[in-house]
Amino acid sequence: MLRFAPALIVTLLVGPILAGLAMALLPAFGYLPALGGERLSLEPWHELFAQPGLARSVAVSFASGLVTAAVSLVVVLAFLAGVSGSRLDRWIQQLVTPLLSLPHAAAAFGLAFLIAPSGLVARLLSPELTGWERPPDLLIVQDPWGLALMLGLVIKEIPFLLLMCLAALPQLDPGRHVAMARSLGYRPTTAWLKVVAPALYPLIRLPVYAVIAFATSVVDVAIILGPTLPPTLAVSILDWYHDPDLSRRFMASAGAVLQLGVTASALLTWWCLERLVARLGRHWLERGSRSCADRPLRLAGKSLILLAAFAAFAGLAGLALNSVAGFWRFPDALPQGFTAVHWLRALPSLTGPATATMIVAICATLVALALTLAALENEQRSDRHPAQGRLFSALGLLYLPLIVPQIAFLFGLVVVMETLGTRHRLGLVIFGHILFVLPYVFLSLSEAYRRFDPRWSQLALTLGSSPNGAFWRVRLPMLLAPLLTAAAVGLAVSIGQYLPTLLLGAGRIATVTTEAVSLAAGGNRRVIGVWALVQASLPLIGFVIAIGIPRLLWANRRGLQGA
Amino acid sequence: MPKRTFTAILALSLGAPLPAQADDWQAVLDEARGQTVYWHAWAGDTRVNDYIGWVTRRVRTEHGIELRHVKIDDTGSAVSRVLAEYSADNHDDGSVDLVWINGENFAAMRENDLLFGPFAERLPNFTLTRPEHNPEVVTDFTLPTQGYESPWGKAQITFYYDAEALGEDPPGSMAEILAWAEEHPGHFTYPRIPDFLGSTFLKQALIALTEDADALYSPVAQSDFEAVTEPLWEYLDALHPHLWRSGRQFPASGPEMRRLMADGELTLAFTFNPAEPAAAVADFELPASTRSYVLDGGTLGNVHFVAIPFNSPHKAGAMAVANFLLSPEAQARKQDISVWGDPTVLDVVRLDDGSRALFEQASDNPALLAPEALAETLPEPHPSWMGTLQEAWQARYVGAP
Amino acid sequence: MNNQAPHSLELRDIEIRLDGKLMVALDATVGPGETLTLMGPSGSGKSTLLAFLAGFLPPAFEARGRVVLSGHDITELPAEHRGIGLLFQDPLLFPHLSVAGNLRFGLPRCMSNRAEHIQRALADVGLAGYGERDPATLSGGQKARVALMRLLLSAPSAVLLDEPFSKLDTELRDEMRRLAFSHLQAAGLPSLLVTHDREDANAVAGAVIELSGGR
Repeated sequence: MLRFAPALIVTLLVGPILAGLAMALLPAFGYLPALGGERLSLEPWHELFAQPGLARSVAVSFASGLVTAAVSLVVVLAFLAGVSGSRLDRWIQQLVTPLLSLPHAAAAFGLAFLIAPSGLVARLLSPELTGWERPPDLLIVQDPWGLALMLGLVIKEIPFLLLMCLAALPQLDPGRHVAMARSLGYRPTTAWLKVVAPALYPLIRLPVYAVIAFATSVVDVAIILGPTLPPTLAVSILDWYHDPDLSRRFMASAGAVLQLGVTASALLTWWCLERLVARLGRHWLERGSRSCADRPLRLAGKSLILLAAFAAFAGLAGLALNSVAGFWRFPDALPQGFTAVHWLRALPSLTGPATATMIVAICATLVALALTLAALENEQRSDRHPAQGRLFSALGLLYLPLIVPQIAFLFGLVVVMETLGTRHRLGLVIFGHILFVLPYVFLSLSEAYRRFDPRWSQLALTLGSSPNGAFWRVRLPMLLAPLLTAAAVGLAVSIGQYLPTLLLGAGRIATVTTEAVSLAAGGNRRVIGVWALVQASLPLIGFVIAIGIPRLLWANRRGLQGA
Repeated sequence: MPKRTFTAILALSLGAPLPAQADDWQAVLDEARGQTVYWHAWAGDTRVNDYIGWVTRRVRTEHGIELRHVKIDDTGSAVSRVLAEYSADNHDDGSVDLVWINGENFAAMRENDLLFGPFAERLPNFTLTRPEHNPEVVTDFTLPTQGYESPWGKAQITFYYDAEALGEDPPGSMAEILAWAEEHPGHFTYPRIPDFLGSTFLKQALIALTEDADALYSPVAQSDFEAVTEPLWEYLDALHPHLWRSGRQFPASGPEMRRLMADGELTLAFTFNPAEPAAAVADFELPASTRSYVLDGGTLGNVHFVAIPFNSPHKAGAMAVANFLLSPEAQARKQDISVWGDPTVLDVVRLDDGSRALFEQASDNPALLAPEALAETLPEPHPSWMGTLQEAWQARYVGAP
Repeated sequence: MNNQAPHSLELRDIEIRLDGKLMVALDATVGPGETLTLMGPSGSGKSTLLAFLAGFLPPAFEARGRVVLSGHDITELPAEHRGIGLLFQDPLLFPHLSVAGNLRFGLPRCMSNRAEHIQRALADVGLAGYGERDPATLSGGQKARVALMRLLLSAPSAVLLDEPFSKLDTELRDEMRRLAFSHLQAAGLPSLLVTHDREDANAVAGAVIELSGGR
């Protein structure tokens, strides 16, 4: 059974993506009999390249992938380099981690309200400090360069990369290495950057690639924060797919293929930059300078990560304030009155979507966990140790959903599923979510699982326990904390899914996210506040449980605390 | 050719329902009982959603139909879904039973044979709209509906402003809007094309500015697009520098424009739902000093409909729901400003006294438009103009440095 | 503790290679209650040999020879069926189980009055009443004793000791050595001790083999 787990995972993930891509490729070259496209042609591409502003769309998508990844990575590394294990450091980590569960759309709404010319910051400072009696006519949110978009993405990707780094760090034994370098006269932050960072990067390369791919093709955040004239490529594609002029489906498909190309070139560019940095970095390493602005670097790392976390929390606070706000005129710092009417109106329609969300999220996460555990356990038993950080191992294909943009294959996948006649909506949605939940669960759990001291299982075996017994009685309980964290990550990923839920569920499966997005179309910030908070709180509950259960269960087991 | 068929169907279905048709309708209701109807409807407004929730409860008790509101942010996604099913040869078990639709979405679905019909004339309550007196309920952007969609409500471009911030009479025409914007830069904008409301603003401006307004009511291919639209582009080129964000950015939709009004970024805005400003005041979104009006000479108005996709497995249930939506009870409730405020498609004057009484409501809300103002409705141009205008706008203003 | 016929462990012509290179070679027999000590620097293949005997040899290695325990060839058996117990450098008490839970883990399932066995075992090593304690709260010596009792309760037919005393203080080390070997002898178990500490070898009566590695 176990032996088939990797094959099963790869088929489950790769099959649908390739099939979906194929169904995007055919219309991209003019073949879609339902719309009268019977012959292959380059017409969709001519039409696509004639779209006004296409070059700019592509440029913004491409740039936001690279900039988001670079900034997030630099901030996380600068923070980690300066970590000295102080209370402040631990507090920052505890502050940032829950942000991982914050859905992208909720974070984006919060940020938009925070930084808009009529937003929370402007209201707090006006009119006393700024002299603004009415909002200044400034282009901040949805700026044509995509800066607001990148900022929103950075805020969300920092927690992700931080968590991935924290998971990978223990196996590098950074404490000893830094101590060794310090004994050679290096300042601590410099020591970390010179000794630990180069070893850490290969371990988090994959998550970084996932960030690039995500940022080049994200839809919801780009709608809220991204440029509009033209929008990013992914948003344009969505518009074309939804255009009442059905002949635009051909161009939309060509756009989906182009999106794949843009994401691929962003990854390739990053890969080249990696080489370049490695080469330059070697010079820097070997030159042997003992200190490189240690203090400023440490300060910058801490303050930037704090700034990002505070921006996210302040945005949420702004949404919370909106959800209970009466009339709120600019530049008042607070609404003129408070009311529960927005919540009361939402409550009756909340239970259905909340239940559906939890059913889908729990099912998808359980399946993903089971498959992940099966694959990892198989790896342990067959003693095959994966090449870490390598992209192209067989099981590495499981990260395909993180690299291939959703928008490039989901529309095609819907056609495939229709052709197969699968009508079980709930099942389809769960299946669609597994595509995205599984890689994240695997990413979150594999490090802890592979690092788990093999002697524990060997010991269990020599004490007469069967391999399955050792798995259930030793490995699982001892890995409970990372297991639950991975489950919480899985839940959060599932809860945040919009396009797969909408497309595969034919709209029949209403989750808090589909509700939130469709209500957001109404632009009512009070309603958005209510739903964004609901959307943010569900995954947060998951994280609280993930942290709480081990603490409760192992209250009397010191050896597992802080594990 | 289509026109003739249309008249024939209309002739058949006019007047009181014949006994045979009543039996026929009873058969539809019998079939509908116990069906689950998936209604794909834009859900950006909690008031609309609440109203649909009320409809859900009523058709459950009345007809034993389980109505599910599939909340979508864009009608295009429902069209897209039906298309995907069509491509996959799913001709009888589609996932969309009823869709809230009009204009180019309807035109596109009709053109690709994605709709079921004709069915509107089979609905007993359809006669209450008196199509012989109100051609707009059987015409969607100049296209005859031919019974492939059933009217549900009305929309008309309605301008609104914050009287306290404005402190003068609002601009009453396109020319006055330009003059006013020059004086108050940054206080006005319109939704980004291809948004529905934004595109309607283009058409409104085009009707007011062009010298050949008649050309707009036949397919765009039959006229000299450049010549007809020349005054529009001149107007927009002059207007844009004085718009919000100097015309470098536009709000995504009507609701977003309303939010900008709420934030005090705009002073003047417009909407397709005449009751929206008053509703937003009640929702604490807009200041109590909000007032509504229409431009001199009238503004564009249209009717929105519900349609049934060709592959709906619950057509009877969908028709029963469409019929309920046309009932005086449902229409009166929809028009109630405290519920939704969407104007009725029924010919209220010709209703019987009991039904007419349902529609009488006190309208002393200062933010609400006086009902007579809506009498000045300009008909929508041919749908082909919308797409062409959108493309021309994008070619002109998208990606410009 | 183990009432079956006396056990003996035979290692017949064992050779372990990695990439064709000989890592370790050994041919020896350990009688009931006897201890064979293998001495050698790190890298001499001691751990590889233990992994092979216990059944954990990574597939990259290539092994020849037979392991015969009490007349049965166990070379091909999976680890859990070999009847070979292991004592590691670290006590490795399962952190999620209580002290008693750790001992219970090793007890054969069919055994009756398990609780009684556990209590007796704890009393044996001076830890009576420690059953419900969290293993993380025990001292190093206490942990080592629990680990030893856990091993014995699992009723192995032979025991491998992988430098089991190297991490203890000098005083504790002597005490643990005495305790461990007296129990192993009493149980009549053949045992194989791997160490690089001459003291260990001296303390244990029995043959000593120096491993030099295959180089």
